[in-house]
Amino acid sequence: MAERRNKSSAANVFQKADAAPSAQESGTKERFRLLAEEQLPRLYAIARRLVGDEAEDAVQDALLKAYRGFHQLEHASAGPAWLTSIVVNVCRDRGRARARAPAEVSFESVGEFSLYRKIVDEDPFPYSDSLHLDFLEQFGSEDVRAVLTRLPDRYRVPLVLVYVDGFATKEVARLLDAPLGTVLAQLHRGRKLFERQLWDYAEDKGLLVGRAR
Amino acid sequence: MITCAEAVERLWVYLDGALTADDKAALEEHLGFCRVCCGEVEFAQELRGFLARSAAEELPEDVRARLIASLDELEAT
Repeated sequence: MAERRNKSSAANVFQKADAAPSAQESGTKERFRLLAEEQLPRLYAIARRLVGDEAEDAVQDALLKAYRGFHQLEHASAGPAWLTSIVVNVCRDRGRARARAPAEVSFESVGEFSLYRKIVDEDPFPYSDSLHLDFLEQFGSEDVRAVLTRLPDRYRVPLVLVYVDGFATKEVARLLDAPLGTVLAQLHRGRKLFERQLWDYAEDKGLLVGRAR
Repeated sequence: MITCAEAVERLWVYLDGALTADDKAALEEHLGFCRVCCGEVEFAQELRGFLARSAAEELPEDVRARLIASLDELEAT
């Protein structure tokens, strides 16, 4: 299996790679180039969702690490997942390093929160016969990205990988080097926080003001 | 018999197709008589699609060009 299976950090794996022959030296740079170019859109999209404006730098860092460790990739079919794991780890390192942390929302305060019921209770569009869809339609892509950045990394990363990038929870557990139970718990909390933050963002930005028809 | 709170807690996992057979049966039994939770399921499904669509990201051409240039630099080193 070409993907990393052990419990060592990405950094340790790459340190070993630094001392080993590079993609260039092992004569595989063309294969690396093909793989990297093909995966660039996907890698950038993942990085954008995980680290926002730092995505380009994160992908560049990941490409450098991948280039140095490419000789470790035994099966070409594992290339996309392998590159993804490197990008995810680079993004997580950057997330940890950032001084700014999103405003923490305690899970206890949202554990019972239901956006569905909140919309019914608050009834922001009194004459609507599709209340919930009308609520979602107030959000543009930039708004959704802004809402996601309000989530702490430990919840945003699994949420994005599963519900935006389509990874199975077991794959996410492997990518994040975390127990499956931890990932499932983070997903549950991430979903609740996302719902809560959608509502709070809509209120903060006045998306629900003057919309009554 | 599960409560509405227990049903709501399981909705997304249900939509993921990842509930155990017993939990799935209990939830579907609840959905059989609870209209509010049926609404929760429909909304959860809509919200999943909304998240996937709204968070889509394009690779801008200028960023692509710079990343390709960084690959060129890697090969030149």
